[in-house]
Amino acid sequence: MVKVTVDGIVVDVPNGSSALQACEAAGKEIPRFCFHERLSVAGNCRMCLVQVVRAPKPVASCGFPVAEGMEILTDTEIVRKARRAVMEFLLINHPLDCPICDQGGECDLQDQAFGYGADHSRYQEAKRAVKDKYLGPLVKTVMTRCIQCTRCIRFATEIAGVPELGAVSRGETMEVTNYVEKALTSELSGNLIDICPVGALTSKPYAFTARPWELKRTDSIDVSDAVGANISLHVRGSAVLRAVPRVNDAVNEEWLADKGRFSVDGLKHRRLDRPWVRVHGKLQAVSWQDAFVAIGRRLDGVPGDRIGAIAGDLCDAESLLALKDLMTALGSPNVDCRQDGAEYDMSHRAYYTFGTTIAGIEDADALLIVGAIPRQEAPVLNARIRKRFLSAGRGGFPIGLIGAPTADPTYKAEVLGEGPDVMAALRDGTHPFAETLKAAKKPMIIVGHGALTRPDARAILASTWALAVEAGAIAAGWNGFNILHRAASRVAGLDLGLVPGKGGRSAAGMMSGGVDVLWLLGADEFHTAQIGPQTFVIYQGHHGDAAAARADVILPGATYAEKSGTYVNTEGRVQRSFRAVMPPGDAREDWRILRAFSEVVGHTLPYDTVEVLRERLATVNPVFRVIGGLDAVDVSALPGPAGGGAVSPAPFRPVFDDYYQTDPICRASPTMGECSRIYVHPRTVAAE
Amino acid sequence: MSAHSPIDQIEQPDSFAFDAESEEQIAAILAKYPPERKASGTLPLLYVVQKQMGRQTGSAWVPRVAMDEVARRLDVAPIRVYEVATFYLMFNTKPIGRYHLQVCTTTSCWLRGSDDVVAACKKATGIDGFGQSSADGLFTLTEVECLGACANAPILQIDDDFYEDMDGPRTIELIEALRRGERPTPGPTIDRLNSAPAGGRKTLADSPAEQG
Ligand code: SF4
Ligand code: FES
Ligand code: FES
Repeated sequence: MVKVTVDGIVVDVPNGSSALQACEAAGKEIPRFCFHERLSVAGNCRMCLVQVVRAPKPVASCGFPVAEGMEILTDTEIVRKARRAVMEFLLINHPLDCPICDQGGECDLQDQAFGYGADHSRYQEAKRAVKDKYLGPLVKTVMTRCIQCTRCIRFATEIAGVPELGAVSRGETMEVTNYVEKALTSELSGNLIDICPVGALTSKPYAFTARPWELKRTDSIDVSDAVGANISLHVRGSAVLRAVPRVNDAVNEEWLADKGRFSVDGLKHRRLDRPWVRVHGKLQAVSWQDAFVAIGRRLDGVPGDRIGAIAGDLCDAESLLALKDLMTALGSPNVDCRQDGAEYDMSHRAYYTFGTTIAGIEDADALLIVGAIPRQEAPVLNARIRKRFLSAGRGGFPIGLIGAPTADPTYKAEVLGEGPDVMAALRDGTHPFAETLKAAKKPMIIVGHGALTRPDARAILASTWALAVEAGAIAAGWNGFNILHRAASRVAGLDLGLVPGKGGRSAAGMMSGGVDVLWLLGADEFHTAQIGPQTFVIYQGHHGDAAAARADVILPGATYAEKSGTYVNTEGRVQRSFRAVMPPGDAREDWRILRAFSEVVGHTLPYDTVEVLRERLATVNPVFRVIGGLDAVDVSALPGPAGGGAVSPAPFRPVFDDYYQTDPICRASPTMGECSRIYVHPRTVAAE
Repeated sequence: MSAHSPIDQIEQPDSFAFDAESEEQIAAILAKYPPERKASGTLPLLYVVQKQMGRQTGSAWVPRVAMDEVARRLDVAPIRVYEVATFYLMFNTKPIGRYHLQVCTTTSCWLRGSDDVVAACKKATGIDGFGQSSADGLFTLTEVECLGACANAPILQIDDDFYEDMDGPRTIELIEALRRGERPTPGPTIDRLNSAPAGGRKTLADSPAEQG
């Protein structure tokens, strides 16, 4: 530790800290443009100037290392003058177009100009103008506004791992560009909008939509994957206009994946806003009462085991539990939250969660990925893997990959093989990577749904655990066994036991004629043709997607933005979102729909308020008592998931091939559709 | 100083491959760096590209596909090579004439008559401004900063060679010679050896060494 005095306040900061960090430790705010605490230090904007006693001139605090006994002054006439001069230089080439700039109201330059800007200009010469660049369908550029802080270049290179941005040319002609016009190939590109301190990079879909002071902000959770990124929904009137990340160092740091950020325009398209009942083959709009009565009639006389329910990927824990309670009340053991047919061992939570935790990745020193493509399935988590890869230095974090090689994972990974047969070679030590895993002190293994949705999932799961034990990934104080989920509702579903009970049928069994009445709670990720023609289908959900078209009764539900819900991320972290807007039309919160229906069929569910329901959540599984936190669990003595069956050598397949089209919300989103056309099906674009 | 033109306004070749001569140079260059630091070879390899383009097409420039090839050779992202190639003005990111006339107009050269050299260049080639090429594609005229040869001011650098102590008429002569396909010997164009005084030695004439 080093003792430093900032404006007379003595602070202790770690060796190697910068003067800027010392100032922050003393509670002094230092203006900055190029400095960002999650990026490397560039030191090129000079806005962070402070005075160091006995230094001949002001120093850029972001890149100036502290020394014992250093005295820093942040609020002297020299400092103010220096910053004013820097500001004047920055504004020489910055257009005064705040009235037509989307950054207005949340612009660092605007804010700092308030403190350090001059009230007049001495500049007579022509201003610099820079041609705008094409970065794809998400990020809009107005490059004349760029102050060349290079944050975006560093973000793309360091965090996103797609070194596609750079600064070409020099001096006054320097430009930030991708040089070759081409959409950025990152699932994290939206973060450039947040990271750009000015209005050079802004959101294309949100362009000219609203001013920040018009927006109401509501804390929410991203449900587009199972990372559970903390987000804030920005609302004007009844419309969610944008989603931006909130800082949570344990989960998403301050990043958000593009799907979570830009699929919000799907919230207002193709919505189910009234109940429908199929009469003589045609869907007819009806009242809630009539819809319930129609279902009640159909259920009349159907034995419990001929009724079933499948829960989809975006459901909140509250509606999952209400669904399960309803099925239990109807005497049905047929309930499943695994529409993709994945297999888990639910005898211990460690067998179906991401045990290392997302932040824990930064402690690991070797990684094996089995049947997962984290870059697509959990982009923000993938950024953590890359962060660890970079911080570990050359060779410090060896990564092995089992699965068909796809796009660049954004870190160096050795493809060990394409199918589970490599696992055997890793276990008997014939594969050289086995040594790497054994040599590591804190190895971790990630198993994805490319492995868990196969018939031999159980066997793979068991042998992965065994490998983890043998490699030292399961030890006191270290849990290196990880399931990477991709559905936001899955862990909650497993925690609440939404799997077939005794004698119950799985999702596939229910669809292939195993039940007469099938209740789909937002379940859309399968071919509806799989559902038997005689099956009576109730679709409860928010979007008129594939399953709604097959339904006999449609019950309009609420999206994540329209209800306060509890979600459990892939780590097993319980998080809560709040209602940002009201559901459209007659649509209602999902647990309320189930509760209301239960009354119609005479099995009233025992909760009238969400508080009582949450109490019941905690009773069913105490994990729901802790919101936000995650208790460390000692897994070293666990016997491991039960195996069974033979392993097939077939290669692992990706769980989806279009990152932008994985759920009903993003399929309804024009922006996601555009991304899909540009990134996933580029040829169709050329043909148009 | 000429700004680099936007890439999309320049007609680019479809492909670029190093020839045998370049490959030999590359092998020698890369041998100097540890393999994990071969990115250091960016500048020398860009020179190799520019030379090869000069040999092959008569226009020594660095097309974008060649930058990509350099990036591939050095295991770096293409943008890192674009950054370097566009930063240094000695890399031509657009085609130039067979002969690159680079006139120094910085103080010493200017005092010693670089304006005449510039005017002569324009007259002899028909070019009317810096950064432009002659209609026959033979010459490109560029204004450069001090070449570090002020003792022989004014300097006209042609490709890699310094022609020193220039004036208007000798500039025209030189350009005519180039046009005829000749390559006059570089160095002073007046009666002097390197930077020694014109017309022979003026000082230390009676030094003991000389007498002995
Ligand atoms: S575009 Fe924005 S983030 Fe990038 S260098 Fe310019 S001002 Fe900085
Ligand atoms: S913040 Fe320190 S130089 Fe930019
Ligand atoms: S001024 Fe021309 S060479 Fe120095």
